Amino acid sequence: MAKVPVQFTLNGSEKAEFIDSGTTLLNALRDKIGDTSPKGGCHQGTCGACSVIIDGELRLSCLTLAETCNGTTITTTSGLSESGVLHPLQRAFLDTFATQCGFCTPGMIMAAKVLLDHTPNPSRDEVVEALSGNICRCTGYEPIIQAVLTAARANSQNAA
Amino acid sequence: MALALQTFATVKDANAALKAVGTRYLGGGTLVVRAANEGDVSVSSLVRSTDPAQSAIAVAGGKARIGASVTMAAIARHPGLAILAKAARAVGGPAIRNMATVGGNLFAPAPYGDFAVALLALDATVGTEDGELPIETFLPGRDGSRAIVTSVSFTLPKADGFRFLKVSRVKPKSVSVLSIAAILEQAADGTVSSARIALGCMADRPMRARAAERALKGKSLDQNGIAAALTAASEGIAPITDPIASAWYRAEVLPVHLGRLLLT
Ligand SMILES: Cc1cc2nc3c(=O)[nH]c(=O)nc-3n(C[C@H](O)[C@H](O)[C@H](O)COP(=O)(O)OP(=O)(O)OC[C@H]3O[C@@H](n4cnc5c(N)ncnc54)[C@H](O)[C@@H]3O)c2cc1C
Ligand code: FES
Ligand code: FES
Repeated sequence: MAKVPVQFTLNGSEKAEFIDSGTTLLNALRDKIGDTSPKGGCHQGTCGACSVIIDGELRLSCLTLAETCNGTTITTTSGLSESGVLHPLQRAFLDTFATQCGFCTPGMIMAAKVLLDHTPNPSRDEVVEALSGNICRCTGYEPIIQAVLTAARANSQNAA
Repeated sequence: MALALQTFATVKDANAALKAVGTRYLGGGTLVVRAANEGDVSVSSLVRSTDPAQSAIAVAGGKARIGASVTMAAIARHPGLAILAKAARAVGGPAIRNMATVGGNLFAPAPYGDFAVALLALDATVGTEDGELPIETFLPGRDGSRAIVTSVSFTLPKADGFRFLKVSRVKPKSVSVLSIAAILEQAADGTVSSARIALGCMADRPMRARAAERALKGKSLDQNGIAAALTAASEGIAPITDPIASAWYRAEVLPVHLGRLLLT
């Protein structure tokens, strides 16, 4: 299998790797780079656990080939905390019991982050829509929706 | 998974590479990479073209041309395509819409292909390097098609002339029980002067509801006026069965939803 060079910015650091052509971004991140925050749930695009943000857009890393990400900027959940302080979304997921097994959580947080980046004060419907590609089998969706709304409120209070 | 991707600057070069056995074009990858992840070994290599024309949207003089690599999210946020935003937003959740391309949607088997249903109602033209083809000719032959689709083009419908409905079980997003797109033109007295209606999930790919279209001609859009069209809508359908709905169920609810769409 041909090796191809791939370079991108991951959570603020430059990454340059040689990967097998056809490797998914999910596998490249987890197996090659060692960022295991994106989870592999279904590998079919249906669960959202592998969601990452590429150049500001929510994408499924299980269906994205790593080599198509050359030159992009990628954010995963492991890049959100700063100097050991959790991102407001991470904090809110913990505080509102939106996490049980936690498998869906990184994908949920990525989907929520993109929403809050564009819509800092979303309505409940907007939160539901933003999370509609992400499946959680544990908590039910209500605590997750509350977590996102809580984080949005925390953000707007900080900004005020 | 043993997949290799080849990237070409031009569609011409990508088309040449696509001739090799086991090679498929990579749009957003939501179906083709998924197939590979699931162990489909019929695809061993993928090609794509980074030609900027593949990602361009041009809207001018009442016409639209959308490059095949344009995503559903890009269509949904384009001010000139606002009339189609509902159909673009019907495709998957936010991440899928950021990846799913209009070119790929033309090849998506039912229950997918919601945007292609809209394109069929719009009577779109499908462009390749060899020229343009009416979507109605393109869809039946798509499985044997070995040419990269470069664009879809169509005349923009009047502001209130386009109707689209996707019916799904789990809100806000899941795959279609069925989808319907309609372009209706009305005479001054309110009767239907022309109708194009396309259906999703009523066959393995989008189809026109021709009998219903004929039955609507000259009728008014009220309960009595549409009655014959609702009966005729089932003519020629062979709905799919999947975990979301059986063929029987889909056939039963088609007239109900078509009625709602026509009366809105
Ligand atoms: C979780 C999930 C939910 C989904 N929900 C929906 C939904 O609600 N509605 C819906 O319609 N679809 C849905 N889809 C299906 C799919 O995402 C869309 O149909 C999408 O538009 C396919 O486009 P793509 O670019 O990702 O296709 P790809 O996977 O890249 O390609 C699909 C096929 O088309 C061919 N192809 C792609 N582009 C071209 C081109 N330019 N020229 C020639 N051949 C080409 C490929 O070779 C391949 O055979 C869903 C998929 C997933 C995984
Ligand atoms: S692992 Fe990617 S969507 Fe489930
Ligand atoms: S917390 Fe377990 S899947 Fe969501």
